[in-house]
Amino acid sequence: MSDPIIICRDVEKWFDDFQALKGIDMEVHKGEVIVIFGPSGSGKSTFIRTINRIEVHQRGQIIVDGMELTHDVRNIAAIRSEIGMVFQLFNLFPHLSVLQNITLAPIWVRKWSKAEAEEIAQQLLERVGIPEQADKFPGQLSGGQQQRVAIARALAMQPKIMLFDEPTSALDPEMIKEVLDVMIELAQSGMTMIVITHEMGFARAVADRMFFFDEGLIVESGTPDDIFNNPQEDRTKLFLSQILTHD
Amino acid sequence: MTDSGSTQPESANIRPPSPPKLLVWLRRNLFNSWPNSVLTLLAVGSIYFVGRAVLEWAFFTADWRPVTNNPMLYLVGQYPRDQIWRVGASLLLVSFLTGMSWGEWRGIMRTFAMLLAGGLAVLGIIPAGGQMGSLAVHVFFLINVPVIFLGFLLGSRKFVTGSWVLGGWLFSFLVIPFLLRGIGDGTVLPTVETSLWGGLLVTLILAVGGILLSFPLGVLLALGRRSSLPVIKIFCVMFIEGIRGVPLVTILFMSSIILALFLPPDLRIDRLVRALIGMTIFSAAYTAENVRGGLQAVPAGQIEAAKAVGLNNFQTTLLVVLPQALRAVIPAIVGQFISLFKDTTLAIIVAINELLNIGKSILQSDVEFLQLQLEVYVFIAAVFWVLCYLMSFASRRLETALGIGER
Ligand SMILES: Nc1ncnc2c1ncn2[C@@H]1O[C@H](COP(=O)(O)OP(=O)(O)OP(=O)(O)O)[C@@H](O)[C@H]1O
Ligand SMILES: [Mg+2]
Repeated sequence: MSDPIIICRDVEKWFDDFQALKGIDMEVHKGEVIVIFGPSGSGKSTFIRTINRIEVHQRGQIIVDGMELTHDVRNIAAIRSEIGMVFQLFNLFPHLSVLQNITLAPIWVRKWSKAEAEEIAQQLLERVGIPEQADKFPGQLSGGQQQRVAIARALAMQPKIMLFDEPTSALDPEMIKEVLDVMIELAQSGMTMIVITHEMGFARAVADRMFFFDEGLIVESGTPDDIFNNPQEDRTKLFLSQILTHD
Repeated sequence: MTDSGSTQPESANIRPPSPPKLLVWLRRNLFNSWPNSVLTLLAVGSIYFVGRAVLEWAFFTADWRPVTNNPMLYLVGQYPRDQIWRVGASLLLVSFLTGMSWGEWRGIMRTFAMLLAGGLAVLGIIPAGGQMGSLAVHVFFLINVPVIFLGFLLGSRKFVTGSWVLGGWLFSFLVIPFLLRGIGDGTVLPTVETSLWGGLLVTLILAVGGILLSFPLGVLLALGRRSSLPVIKIFCVMFIEGIRGVPLVTILFMSSIILALFLPPDLRIDRLVRALIGMTIFSAAYTAENVRGGLQAVPAGQIEAAKAVGLNNFQTTLLVVLPQALRAVIPAIVGQFISLFKDTTLAIIVAINELLNIGKSILQSDVEFLQLQLEVYVFIAAVFWVLCYLMSFASRRLETALGIGER
């Protein structure tokens, strides 16, 4: 296997006195799909947000594509344009049309021409299945459509890595599938992905490895097969039994 | 739900003929109960008597000579009449650019252009006394109307982009002060001291200048107040809270007297400019507080999303945070600008010949006019009312126009 594209070594993070991450080690290789799951407040979001430095870690090392995340602004800018992120609540820009949402960063960060950026945006809208919504505003779309626009917006920067923070948990059940389908297609196309989700069907279908987080630590990790059929830790078993019966 | 939609026309057909709409409306809204009917009658009665008295006064009793004798004074004050073409040229420029903005952006700009064209056409047609009565002045006002449409035609052209029009406005705001005041020592254009400027011209310069300068300053102060750099933050907080704690009259005095004390004697700032500075910093402090409210209303997720797609701090603020923050506070900011517009009358205390001051000096110019204060002040109030009403009308149009993109 190639060199890892993301290396996290002993990452620790505090919010004032509260330690949210207590030493996370993880290596992700190019093209891998990682699923992170665990109870609320276990630090899942905090962890993936340190990878593109929306949160700043205080101890340990994070190296993305050979660049270490430090206070160096140039590194941060370079790393952010290589990592796309999709949020639980979409976080589309409400004052911009769908097309403008997608082309904003390519035009201002990548310095593409407007025409070029719009052409690529239109292709991405085709890819996520909503080419006809380009001129609408986010407020006029359903939740599932908004989340697909958010995925297209992240892909527009042509990232090497995509981070997903519970992308379907704010959606009505009938819209979850349309978003998961886009993510599955993306995974199959070879994108490196880290996905926080409790959609275990998705994990079974495309995850290469899964990580169970609890109280700021990785309690257990392994292939979906290991995790679902042969979990080692009691906490993992308990949590899985809760969410699987919940389904 | 499709069912009821398809049956509705049929059931409407078999309904008995309804009473006239006006009667229904009246009964439902004005006479739906005894107390309400009494109130309606009282209100109609008082509107009738007050309205009749006002109209009778305006058309039969009032003596409008202080207004009609020389309306030019209300427009430009003592601006030398042989140089007045310079005010006219500035107005033509504004007319043309308003027309271009209409062609380029349509929407609310159309309303503005129509109002300007209508207002100038009225000035061109109504008979007036003094220099305003001359044929040249009438023709000049009327010429503005086709100039607005000329601008519209140019602005509608494909090759004319928004940045042209914006550039045109910027150019005109830089050029008009020089056009009005003169360049350098007056060899190219004779100098016209600002002490001669007056009336609506000065009122508009203070208001438009104050708005255009205080808006960016206010936005910067609001952003500075949230800065992570303590020095900038403390400076902005002190500036905002310091200014907001002081009445505008005091600020005008300070900017006109104290500013002169602190500056070296050979650097004398024009009186009108000093008043403008006072208005600007006063308005900027309030604008900053309004904008701060809007900034707080932008969810943290917006900033995270902007950073995640790779925008830097400056781009995040400019492209994501500010547009949303400003949109949320348009009504408050327009309200602030309307009061700034009315507050230009306070410049009277630092001897600026704005509209109200002109009215006062006209009253004092003639013994016969001394009795006619009411007429002059009613006229000036009407001018302010019309302009303020237009501003709030425009703001409502702007809100609906921007409403499209709301969540
Ligand atoms: N900005 C913050 N300030 C203080 N504490 C925070 C902040 N963000 C997160 N925390 C705390 O850090 C812990 C981990 O939060 P995090 O959002 O990473 O959990 P999570 O695993 O994503 O949970 P969820 O499933 O609810 O999203 C929680 O206890 C949370 O209260
Ligand atoms: Mg979370």
